[in-house]
Amino acid sequence: MIANLGAVLGNFVAGLGRAQFFLLAILRAVPAALLRPSLIVRQLYMSGVLSLIIIVISGMFIGMVLSLQAHHALVRFGAADSVGVLVALSIIRELGPVVTALLFAGRAGSALAAEIGLMRATDQLSAMEMMAVDPMRHVIAPRFIAGLLAMPILTAIFSVMAIGVVGGHLITVDLLGVDAGSYWSQIRANTDIHDLNQCFIKATVFGAVVSWIAVYQGYHSPPTSEGVSRATTSTVVVSSLSVLAMDFVLTAFMFR
Amino acid sequence: MQSRALEILVGLFVCLGVAAVFVLTFRVASLENIGGSGQTYRVSGLFQNIGGLKVGSAVTIAGVKIGRVRAIDIDPQTFQARVSLDIAQQYDKIPEDSSAKILTSGLLGDQYIGLEAGGMDEYLKDGSELTLTQSALVIENLIGQFLASQGESKDDKLADALGKLADSLQNKKNSVTPGAHP
Amino acid sequence: MPPIPQPSAADSATLVRVRGLHFSRGTRKIYDGVDVDIPRGKVTAILGPSGTGKTTLLRIIGGQWRPETGAVEFDGINVHRLGRSELYALRKRMGMLFQNGALLTDLSVYENIAFPLREHTRLPENAIRDIVLMKLEAVGLRGARDLYPEELSGGMSRRVALARAIALDPEMVMYDEPFTGQDPISMGVLMRLIRSLNQSLGITSVIVSHDVDEVLSIADQAYVIANGQVLARGTPDEIRASPLEYVQQFLQGRPDGPVAFHYKARSLRDDLLGSA
Repeated sequence: MIANLGAVLGNFVAGLGRAQFFLLAILRAVPAALLRPSLIVRQLYMSGVLSLIIIVISGMFIGMVLSLQAHHALVRFGAADSVGVLVALSIIRELGPVVTALLFAGRAGSALAAEIGLMRATDQLSAMEMMAVDPMRHVIAPRFIAGLLAMPILTAIFSVMAIGVVGGHLITVDLLGVDAGSYWSQIRANTDIHDLNQCFIKATVFGAVVSWIAVYQGYHSPPTSEGVSRATTSTVVVSSLSVLAMDFVLTAFMFR
Repeated sequence: MQSRALEILVGLFVCLGVAAVFVLTFRVASLENIGGSGQTYRVSGLFQNIGGLKVGSAVTIAGVKIGRVRAIDIDPQTFQARVSLDIAQQYDKIPEDSSAKILTSGLLGDQYIGLEAGGMDEYLKDGSELTLTQSALVIENLIGQFLASQGESKDDKLADALGKLADSLQNKKNSVTPGAHP
Repeated sequence: MPPIPQPSAADSATLVRVRGLHFSRGTRKIYDGVDVDIPRGKVTAILGPSGTGKTTLLRIIGGQWRPETGAVEFDGINVHRLGRSELYALRKRMGMLFQNGALLTDLSVYENIAFPLREHTRLPENAIRDIVLMKLEAVGLRGARDLYPEELSGGMSRRVALARAIALDPEMVMYDEPFTGQDPISMGVLMRLIRSLNQSLGITSVIVSHDVDEVLSIADQAYVIANGQVLARGTPDEIRASPLEYVQQFLQGRPDGPVAFHYKARSLRDDLLGSA
């Protein structure tokens, strides 16, 4: 029993180490991959464009529910004007990057792991190697770069959806009758460029973490259908947990 | 090799992202980022008690934001709080004898520094000191003063009740404002 | 075309020379001192039961896996002493046909064959098109160029993969279990293709398989590998005439013999009576 636990722990630590080496290998392959923008564009489509719908709809609903709750609480203090501030700050500082990353892990990360795992299981990666094409440069690095680029874009779209276009704005201004002018002016008075910087730093870090975990899980999955399905599941689990943990660390660093 | 439709979709996606970033920077965040990158000059003042003032709080004149609190330290001689303010360069004609108050926006809102213009011909410049300062309103102290004045005349039930309230507040905020016993 | 790493130093008859190969996966010993010579321009068959690591041998020759000890020389170049870029340059001289084709699923048949050309040459698009169509013609699938891998049958996938393996005109093609799971017709097609590629283009061929009859009918020489060692080598006729009982059992597919039908166990009598 205890020996078993030790083995599990050993495997875990070894996996962590392997993931670090894998990250180094990815980073080494990045310059070569940047010379092939067409591959990155294709992956941007797979992980970015295809995630757009879920991001837009979630953004709308999260903005709507957040403003309802905020209004419910703040209207007792006669502070209904501040609903926008609450929505904007919680979206920009936390929910924007975090929820986008969680959705991204579920939508794009799992697809990434499954795709690479299948390529491994059907010998496509080996075939590339035997054709003298490095799969790190040709398959892994473009997917990693695309994830890194897609996350900030998706986060920005999510935040705008939640705060502006339909989410918070629709509920607060059109439904609850807060003046549009004061909605926006309160937001502007209380949100500044640092909040936005931090939002995008978080989004980029999360993008890197999720894509790293996804390509790692896919690349190292056992070449069986069970292995691929397990890689998909653990991509979502591990990257969601990592995103939440990283969020705490980054917040602690940035908002002292 | 690369289908054109795919390229167009990705292009649209990136455009949407850029547009969203623009909306966030121009509509959501206040771009008049005083204290961040624009030209500013720094003045400072000593306060008895800064209450809930924080680095980054606004500095206003007549309600108009002109700067930000840049740093808060303890003055080693007087043990008062030294608050440094960054004021935008465009407001360079503020009389030197202006007074600074720590105010609260609304009943429960953020605290900020309000400047009230004085009448001198000398103006604040980089490194100037604000001599006329008024501390933040600390509610325990207010209650304490009230109790003290009550206690001098005679004890009554109201004073008792307030005393208990003050004690409980005191316990809660002990770490924030030490040494304010009635 | 890709630069050739070094001039040939070996004798011209042998293209690949494997000496003293030791290799294990985990605790399982797969090769325990194996010597193999693959003659230039000939068809060499590597026979052996499933699980003896025949595919492993191909991966070691291709430099994907590294042996514990022993040397693999391709045209006089030690494969496992090369740096990454030299190894990649060497791999352009070999083609490999994977068991299930291993076609890139997001590319069409045409693009799959164009893939190595686009990666390794700077040919203009119309030259690439000509080469791809010629290779497809060679495997009889010029009409299938716009299909995607999921639309192909198993035999067609392997033929497309074969066209891809010879896209860069390699000196050697390695076939990993090319006949497994094929119906008799596509088996016949593949056999004819392997033979004709070898004869018309002079491509050295290595076939790893356990389909004894088919492989022996097209091979110039064969190896039988089992338990990590070479049991027999020679021409197909010499192999068929081998006095070794193990080889005979394998060739004729007898259920019992040196390879026992029963997995190692104590006697049935003991098992039934003893443990009650």
